[in-house]
Amino acid sequence: MRLLTHNMLSCNIKGVTNGFPLRIEVEKSMEKEVDFNIDFLKSIFSKVEWTALVEAARSLGYNDLPEEVVDSSTMLESSDFLKKFHHALLELHLEEGALICPETGRRFPVNKGIPNMLLHEDEV
Amino acid sequence: MSSRPEFQAPPEIFYNDVEARKYTNSSHIQHIQTKLSERALELLALPGDGIPRLLLDIGCGSGLSGESLSESGHHWIGLDISQAMLDVALDREVEGDLVHGDMGQGLGLRTGVIDGAISISAVQWLCNADKSSHEPRLRLKTFFGSLYRSLARGARAVFQVYPESVAQRELITSFAMRAGFSGGVVVDYPHSTKRRKEFLVLTCGPPSVSTALPTGKVEDEESCSDASSDDGDERTVSISERHRPTKKRKLTKKVRGRQWVLQKKEQMRKKGNIVPPDTKYTARKRKARF
Ligand SMILES: C[S@@+](CC[C@H](N)C(=O)[O-])C[C@H]1O[C@@H](n2cnc3c(N)ncnc32)[C@H](O)[C@@H]1O
Repeated sequence: MRLLTHNMLSCNIKGVTNGFPLRIEVEKSMEKEVDFNIDFLKSIFSKVEWTALVEAARSLGYNDLPEEVVDSSTMLESSDFLKKFHHALLELHLEEGALICPETGRRFPVNKGIPNMLLHEDEV
Repeated sequence: MSSRPEFQAPPEIFYNDVEARKYTNSSHIQHIQTKLSERALELLALPGDGIPRLLLDIGCGSGLSGESLSESGHHWIGLDISQAMLDVALDREVEGDLVHGDMGQGLGLRTGVIDGAISISAVQWLCNADKSSHEPRLRLKTFFGSLYRSLARGARAVFQVYPESVAQRELITSFAMRAGFSGGVVVDYPHSTKRRKEFLVLTCGPPSVSTALPTGKVEDEESCSDASSDDGDERTVSISERHRPTKKRKLTKKVRGRQWVLQKKEQMRKKGNIVPPDTKYTARKRKARF
């Protein structure tokens, strides 16, 4: 699972009001090279929760993202920034581990890169 | 049509290791699913600017549908309830990210982040109650509500389904509309039993010019004659009598009296078929409970 997906996932247990971001527990992570596409990065940027991406990347051992993006239009012209953004968003994978709901602490296991988000009956 | 998979077992059981492989390795299925996915992608009507989007594949299975999205350069997240199907998707090294989940429990996604969604041959599964805790209406409501929230305003969701009945199509559509979607059903090749394909095309947000329904595809040389045949013998084969609304059943009963049956039997005899002889029991009136 890429951090792009992690950045979009949120815990939807009944009654949970703030299921985002899911905390990452890592047993194994991976890197897979992906074609660099500036247009995609620019278009997805506004949808990405930056702080969550920084945290997630850090939990996978990648610390090169800036803490904050103050002036996004300038940053999105910087190829250095775009490369880091690309790498964190699309090339880092969580392979084994878990996603933890920030509100309830519920653990969603991740196996072979697939998070199991199935809810128990009393969570629906 | 009791052979429909969704009548046999819950999806996570029906699509076991054997079935998942059989399904994915069939070149016939590969061909059909690819065609359907390409058409669904077309109906999503994404801007033609060549920018890759973030899409959703609901009931992604082994990734046959998602592959069409990758082919067009898009990123996608696939959701499926069957571990076996997802395992096959992993083996095939699909490019999308996979999530093991149940659409009937709602999509756990942030608000407004998805640029479009497709779902190929999957959503009809929601109409079954596979567990005592399953209430299809509730699951449809939860699903469409969560899908609506996760989509960007103006984004589309396209569902290809083979509705099992008119009632089922209406059930699915009505819950989509209640969630706030606008749109409707697009039918490709409406006059061909084999090629007929239905897509529920939904747009996130109130109706506007941009939500006008695209038109379905039509056969090149199609005879309109069968559209006027109202005795309905071969045109209704896809709708099983059991699931037809009771009102309609009553209506057709009136029309198909003894005279109609005798006429049909005579026609069949002329065609050289073996038909039981006409007796006083032929098309006799039945008690109401029948
Ligand atoms: C006929 S397959 C289609 C798979 C894929 N879209 C394709 O075109 O090849 C239907 C899929 O829907 C999935 N499905 C059924 N009910 C589901 C549910 N409630 N949540 C998620 N997936 C479901 C099944 O597991 C199965 O993989």
